[in-house]
Parts: sequence; structure tokens; C-alpha cells
Amino acid sequence: MKRLALVALLTAVPVAAQTALPPLAYTQLRDPDQERQARGLMETLRCVVCQGQSIADSDADMAGEMRALVRQRIASGEKPAAVRDWLIARYGDYVSYAPPLRAVTLPLWLAPLALLALGLWIARGSFRRR
Amino acid sequence: MKSGRMKRWLPLGIFALIVAVVAWGLWRPADRTVRSALVGRALPDFTLPAIAPGKPGLSSADFRQGKPRLLNVFASWCVPCIAEAPQLMTLKAAGIPIDAIAIKDTPGDIAAFLRRNGDPYARIGADAHSRVQLALGSSGVPETFVVDGTGVIRAQHVGDIRPEDVPELMQALAAAQ
Repeated sequence: MKRLALVALLTAVPVAAQTALPPLAYTQLRDPDQERQARGLMETLRCVVCQGQSIADSDADMAGEMRALVRQRIASGEKPAAVRDWLIARYGDYVSYAPPLRAVTLPLWLAPLALLALGLWIARGSFRRR
Repeated sequence: MKSGRMKRWLPLGIFALIVAVVAWGLWRPADRTVRSALVGRALPDFTLPAIAPGKPGLSSADFRQGKPRLLNVFASWCVPCIAEAPQLMTLKAAGIPIDAIAIKDTPGDIAAFLRRNGDPYARIGADAHSRVQLALGSSGVPETFVVDGTGVIRAQHVGDIRPEDVPELMQALAAAQ
């Protein structure tokens, strides 16, 4: 009886098929070059439910669906930039970890340069004193 | 010696600035709601199969019949969807046509959900792999879109519809006439 229970436990299949993800969520593409493209894209797309994680890193169902979508589109010959644009058209720049250069994102791009300039200026001051 | 005194106070100034920035973030946290970028644009083309007995599936063409409709993105496994069910019934009673997209669902679960929480829907389309949800720029369940009679998305409500949200939705529907 105990053995029977163990066998039943080991062969049990999850009944809740509603959360089944499409195979491409966790399966790499056959073509290594396409998989590399898809991978690169997935690492720079934000998971929309687990903000702060890329869809490549996240285990959320939604991230799995997004990975499947990316792989499917890349496999059908779409360029990564086109897939990114498709998602940006739906979720806004927010969905991409590669922010475009726009008036709103200008501080984001200029702040590092400004801070670097400030650092150089401070360094120059302290070197001159010696 | 003026510049020397200024230099002495500079670290404190910077510290105060950092405290101010952090305090601002704590007291007024940024809005983290993910909104669809498709508001004001046409509903993307889709055709979804039926999932509930006796109820047709849903396609984007159903939203181009001249009258504004609500498009509710929901799932039987979603708890806030139960919370918003009475509000959807209120909207239905007010004569608002409501269609739905069921995310990752099964016919049995949908039937049980509708039996328990009421059935405000004219049509329900099954989106097994969130494809249409992604095409809509929707990031979760429940979400509700106000679609005008020409198939253009006019407003989006993210999260469950609370009783206090109903007038706002009615207003958006009236504006979409």
C-alpha cells in the first residue's frame, strides 16, 4: 500500500493545466544564432509583472509568455529591434532596459557624463595643491 | 576665507540633499502601475475562440459596431476578479455591453466562476497563452478597457473595479459615444 502511494506520488501529473506555459518559454531555439539573438533581447526586456527583473531572469508566468513570444518572433525571421519596437508600442519605453535618447531621457544619458566631468574637476583641484 | 567656510558646509549640504531625495521617495512613492501605450489607438486585430458554453468567442471586429463597449481582461483563478464582479454586474444592469478575454483558463473553471460571481459578459474569448493580452499592452488581471464604437481604445482601468471607480468608467463610456 505504501509502495502504491509512493508510485502514485511519483507519477502524479499536475492537474492544473491552465498555468501550462508554451514550450518556448523554457526551451531554446534550435538555431544557436537565433537563440543568441533572442537571449540578448530577453535580457534587455523588462518583465511587466516583476518590475526590476528582465524576462530572461524572471520565473513569472507573464515573463515565460513574453520569452515564448520573443523566441517565436525571432524564429520566424523578425529582427530583435522589430520585436522590441512591437513591445514598446504596447507597453511604452518602460518595457525596454535600453532607454532611447529623448528629451525625457536626456538627464539619464547626460548625468554620467556630468558626474565624470565633476570628478575630473575635483581630481584636478586636489592634484594641483600638491 | 569665505570659500573655506563654504567648503566646510558643503558635505552637510549634500547630505541634506540626499535626505530630501530619499524622504521624497518615501512619502510620495512613484506610481508603478504599468499602463498600456495603446490608449487612444485602435484595438489590435485578434480572434479568440469561445470558452464558455453558449457564449461566442471574441474578435476585434466585435468592437466596431458603433457603440462603446467594455473589454474586461480576467481569469477564473484571479482573486481581485471576484472582487470586481459585483461592479461589472452593476455596469451590465446599467446597459453597458461587456466582453471579456479569459487568460489561461479552462471551460470548467470559467463556468464555475460565472455561476458563483455572476455573468456580466456578452462574449468571452479564451487567450490560452496571453498572446492577445501582450498585444493589448496589458500586464495583469483584472484590467478593463473602454473601447469606442470604431474600435479605438479610449481608456484603461488597471486592477479591480471598485464601487468608487464605476462613475469614472461610466464617464469614459459616455465620452466614447
